[in-house]
Amino acid sequence: MSKRLTDLFARCKADNRAALVGYLTAGDPDVASSRELLLALADKTDILEIGMPFSDPMADGPVIQAASERALAAGAHIRDVFALTKSVRDTHPDLGIVLMGYANVPFAMGFDRFAEQAAAAGADAVLIVDIPPEEGHICDAALKAHDLDRILLLSPTSTDERIRLACDNGSGFIYYVSLTGITGAEMGDVRLIQQKVAHIQAISAAADNPLPVCVGFGVKTPEQAAQVAQFADGVVVGSHFVARIADGDGSDVVRDAISASAADMRQAVQAATGASA
Amino acid sequence: MSATPPESDFASMYDLNITHAPDAGGHFGRFGGRFAAETLMQPLKEIETAFFEAWADGSFHAERLDLLEHYVGRATPLYHAERLSAENGGAQIYLKREDLTHTGAHKINNTIGQGLLARRMGKKRVIAETGAGQHGVATATVAAMFGMDCDIYMGREDMARQMPNVLRMRLLGANVIPVDAGTATLKDAVNEALRNWVATCEDTFYIFGTAAGPHPYPLLVRQFHTVIGQEARAQILKQAGRLPDVAVACVGGGSNAMGLLHPFRDDAAVKLVAVEAAGYGLKTGKHAASLAAGKAGILHGNLTYLLEDDEGQVQGTHSISAGLDYPGVGPELAFMLEEGRLQLDAASDDEAMAALQLLTRCEGIIPALESSHALAAGARIAREMRPDQIVIINLSGRGDKDMNTVFRQLGWLEDAS
Repeated sequence: MSKRLTDLFARCKADNRAALVGYLTAGDPDVASSRELLLALADKTDILEIGMPFSDPMADGPVIQAASERALAAGAHIRDVFALTKSVRDTHPDLGIVLMGYANVPFAMGFDRFAEQAAAAGADAVLIVDIPPEEGHICDAALKAHDLDRILLLSPTSTDERIRLACDNGSGFIYYVSLTGITGAEMGDVRLIQQKVAHIQAISAAADNPLPVCVGFGVKTPEQAAQVAQFADGVVVGSHFVARIADGDGSDVVRDAISASAADMRQAVQAATGASA
Repeated sequence: MSATPPESDFASMYDLNITHAPDAGGHFGRFGGRFAAETLMQPLKEIETAFFEAWADGSFHAERLDLLEHYVGRATPLYHAERLSAENGGAQIYLKREDLTHTGAHKINNTIGQGLLARRMGKKRVIAETGAGQHGVATATVAAMFGMDCDIYMGREDMARQMPNVLRMRLLGANVIPVDAGTATLKDAVNEALRNWVATCEDTFYIFGTAAGPHPYPLLVRQFHTVIGQEARAQILKQAGRLPDVAVACVGGGSNAMGLLHPFRDDAAVKLVAVEAAGYGLKTGKHAASLAAGKAGILHGNLTYLLEDDEGQVQGTHSISAGLDYPGVGPELAFMLEEGRLQLDAASDDEAMAALQLLTRCEGIIPALESSHALAAGARIAREMRPDQIVIINLSGRGDKDMNTVFRQLGWLEDAS
């Protein structure tokens, strides 16, 4: 497991707070603006998920679909994703960085080359939405060879058997999808989320390699982030930040909006468990 | 896996053994698998379990085969197209008349099977993607018959091309949901149906339309369509006293192709030919020939051949037929191609149009534009063969839905766009 992610969750735990995880799609709305936006979000978060644009983002709602479309239309390439990752890494040595996307982009590159370049750019982990543990044979060895964690997802439909599968095959952290649906949908009943997360944490604690559990999909307001921060090890916010890009009329305005809403989220997450800022 | 076949002459035509099964994870060699989001892994497993239980249950087949006989109108004829054969001057051409099924295309074989499975699993709502609209119509038909709610996802581009089918689906009580994302065609309709299913899987069954997608769909769709090839095999033995030399089917995702070709797979002397849509021509880049011009990739839950750029971004496709306009292909066809069991061919928009007109004029049968691709390549192959040889072509659907496109191509209609 990436030492950076281990240390980061240990620090959050010592501070008695959940980690704040932010998501933006690389290259949205264009590569140069995207660099500014990623750096602004990196300033306010513990972990940054950098989305790799894909033509067919099947698990994403309209907001992140549009982000992928804008990035690809503006000519974003996988080499830009790595360059943006490196820019963030160079200025944020302690930030956790997760490359997130769909299988076909790394598959087209070859997972060995992909993992080599992702690691060289400074990523700590990789989250591929459509490679469940059962299909890990196509990427696990390559990721491991380059010390990249493989973040696996769990969802409300995951059985105990699947939870154990994710704990045994995943590393870095578990990403719990709070709802049965796509990114940016409405967050479900927080008590049900809490129950399932506690259940996953219990199974994970009994595994050889206990993993923190971060909760995402549907967290859109500081109030929701605060609720989730009370029981999860991390709170993931994506569509809420990406939507600022769709709303904004210029790069500085968008950057300031993302920065301000990330600051609100951070404050909410810290206040939730009484941690000091 | 086998079940006791129901006792009737009709049912005894069908072999219920599953041959050439994928591995436990749904892999056909390096292809196939279950590359799905976590939320769908358990629902897919449940469908897999339900499918194997149903397939081993004689009462499931009794009901399925009863519906295929009395509702769908099976067995469909195998028709010796003597005038078409003479016109080409080569091998004898036999047409497997899937165009004569209820709803007008082979798609209903699968929707009956999956509809029964959905009912068995207690699902109240079904969803489907559709390209040409044939799978959408077949799904809406089964939903009406079983009294289920039905939502069909269809690219806006395809809705414009296949308006009669859109209206038929509405008449059948289905809700047709336009998809504007991406290229607004079949692949985007699949994306949108998957997005909906992720949110609704508890009460909703996704009736997938082709022999692709995450395991168990490629297996399940193939099994529900093997009635085509099993009938054709028995019919040609009865009518001609021998097996065909060649069996030909068009390929979009591969449902009618697997249906016809799979039952001939162990007949080593029978050549199996898959015909892709060459659109404006393979060299123009504007086509839908994933096997001929694509490379291995991962989309819609399976590893298969895809039309994509160097960085794995899936590309838009072109074909005159909406039903073939898909950048992927069933994983088992990809496997059969690499294994050397499948031969590839392609037909352009123009060749398909010519084949449609030729069949219409010399046999009085108006084929679907999809099937016209198989006719074009099948006739080309037949011309190189002797008159005592036999080619079976899958006439997978009828052309009614394509009349506007055809009339416009012929210049008989003002272009509405």
